[in-house]
Amino acid sequence: MTTTHTLLVENLKLGYGDRTVIESLDLSLPPGKITAIVGANACGKSTLLRSMSRLLAPKHGHVLLDGREVHRLPAKELARTLGLLPQSPIAPEGITVSDLVGRGRNPHQRLLSRWSREDDLAVAAALDATHTADLADRSVDELSGGQRQRVWIAMALAQQTDVLLLDEPTTFLDVSHQVEVLDLLTDLNQARGTTIVMVLHDLNMAARYADHLIALADGRLHAAGDPASVLTEDCVRAVFGLDSQVITDPTSGKPLMLPLGRHHVNA
Amino acid sequence: MTVLPPASSPTLAAVVADRVRRSRRRALVIGVLAVLVVAAYAVNLMVGETFYTPAEIGRVILGETVPGASFTVGELRLPRATLAALAGFCFGMGGVTFQTMLRNPLASPDVIGITSGASAAAAFAIVVLGLTETGVSVFAIVAGLGVAVVVYTLSFRDGVAGTRLILIGIGIAAMLDSATAYVLSQAAQWDLQQAQRWLTGSLNGATWDETLQVAPALIVLGPLLLGQARNLFMLQLGDDTAAALGVRLERTRIIVIVAAVGLLAFATAATGPIAFVAFLSGPIAARIIGGAGSLLVPSGLVGALLVLVADLIGQYAFDTRYPVGVVTGVLGAPYLVYLLIRTNRAGGSL
Repeated sequence: MTTTHTLLVENLKLGYGDRTVIESLDLSLPPGKITAIVGANACGKSTLLRSMSRLLAPKHGHVLLDGREVHRLPAKELARTLGLLPQSPIAPEGITVSDLVGRGRNPHQRLLSRWSREDDLAVAAALDATHTADLADRSVDELSGGQRQRVWIAMALAQQTDVLLLDEPTTFLDVSHQVEVLDLLTDLNQARGTTIVMVLHDLNMAARYADHLIALADGRLHAAGDPASVLTEDCVRAVFGLDSQVITDPTSGKPLMLPLGRHHVNA
Repeated sequence: MTVLPPASSPTLAAVVADRVRRSRRRALVIGVLAVLVVAAYAVNLMVGETFYTPAEIGRVILGETVPGASFTVGELRLPRATLAALAGFCFGMGGVTFQTMLRNPLASPDVIGITSGASAAAAFAIVVLGLTETGVSVFAIVAGLGVAVVVYTLSFRDGVAGTRLILIGIGIAAMLDSATAYVLSQAAQWDLQQAQRWLTGSLNGATWDETLQVAPALIVLGPLLLGQARNLFMLQLGDDTAAALGVRLERTRIIVIVAAVGLLAFATAATGPIAFVAFLSGPIAARIIGGAGSLLVPSGLVGALLVLVADLIGQYAFDTRYPVGVVTGVLGAPYLVYLLIRTNRAGGSL
């Protein structure tokens, strides 16, 4: 088990230029758990994640990691505790998988001490954990979408942080790869106690895999708590403006949202 | 710290093997490039209207008086070849810095107006103000930095998008190039060769004074830039990923822009904007090194090699002697067209 870190958002206001995206948000992310953030497009989910990993400075309020403001922590020190996988990271042309994963070691390396045994071990362990070891010397360009996403997660694992933020890690993946990625993150959480915070598009996947669900609407917190209490028909209406029926998923016991559109719904 | 279960030994072996392969390849590429640069430099010293042997050149370098060679090699060829190598190194390093930082081979300083700015300012300083070497260099650097700031500011909207920056840079480069042409047209007594230097880049009439302007710039700014090599290397993954891995974006950008613009401006003040060297060196280096580490030194070496070889071709391959920039321009222009076509086919976003 790892040490647990607290991640708190206090009275946070975020925006770009004059546009405000998040308005006075307070959140507490449970340590050692999987948290999923859901909400409609452009409700500020990714913006929140970027600010929690200090890519975006708050207009107001704080993000506190273990009681210290993330925007004041030294960059590398923060990067040894908290990792972020952005929505569309860029793989340089021709880079090999092990080179890419190795770059996750950056916060552990100093200017002159180049590459240590520890770095090799961390990279190899990350490849094993993501089942990408057989791809080690392949070029990232040649990989399928699912393989590529696993490789990016491997890079974030090589960073060896206790807190891992992921921005839509399952977008562009087919359903089997989505399940594979979410299972992998759950393994990581259960075996190592890594705190995971991820933005997810798919409400049902979020409800199934998260211990803690956060629903944002128009830059404000709509509801937060365990999926069964958060994912309700009222919540879906308030957050997405959609009528729905929420039933209990027979395979997991978690809530399952069935959208009620204008067609193909029994009267 | 999250500790994963220990890696299996085959995986560890594969990781180590791939890393060793990459660092060997890097050492090999840098070694071969360095040998080629030295060879091209030596050929530049030996070949000319009169051929001198390496022994004769060695004696000149050691300060002995060799009839004929002391002047031809010591005063003409040696400063010329040295300036070619140093300026090429500066162009190559400065160019790949911008291409890496903006993640686009088109974002080269000679495409986005930085070299044009330095060139226009240098021409203005010489023709209108009548300044000499140091003054010209200062002017070129200030203008180069000024253009970098203007292009960066104009293209800033919720962050800098590469495409916007490149298009704005191309527009500004066109304006600055016409300013250079205007300044030169006012210098009636200025001879054609000198004018050409500010339009295409030339090593004609290279002196030790000019060479000694570039060397200190490389000695000071080169290490400053190399100190940021790792951060630049991380920026290849995108700004967000790099920041998440502990890179301080703004600080890195400022240091890197100042150092790269300084290198480019000093070189431009000495030789004029040798066309496309900054633009070509990075992609060529990337192609041969295949992602094995930072591109700064390899593309500096490629830049030096390009200028040395292009100068040999320009001087001796044809009946007429052409300035070095004409030769590099002929090499670079097709590559620019190729990149544009490839980008266009890939979906239009640069």
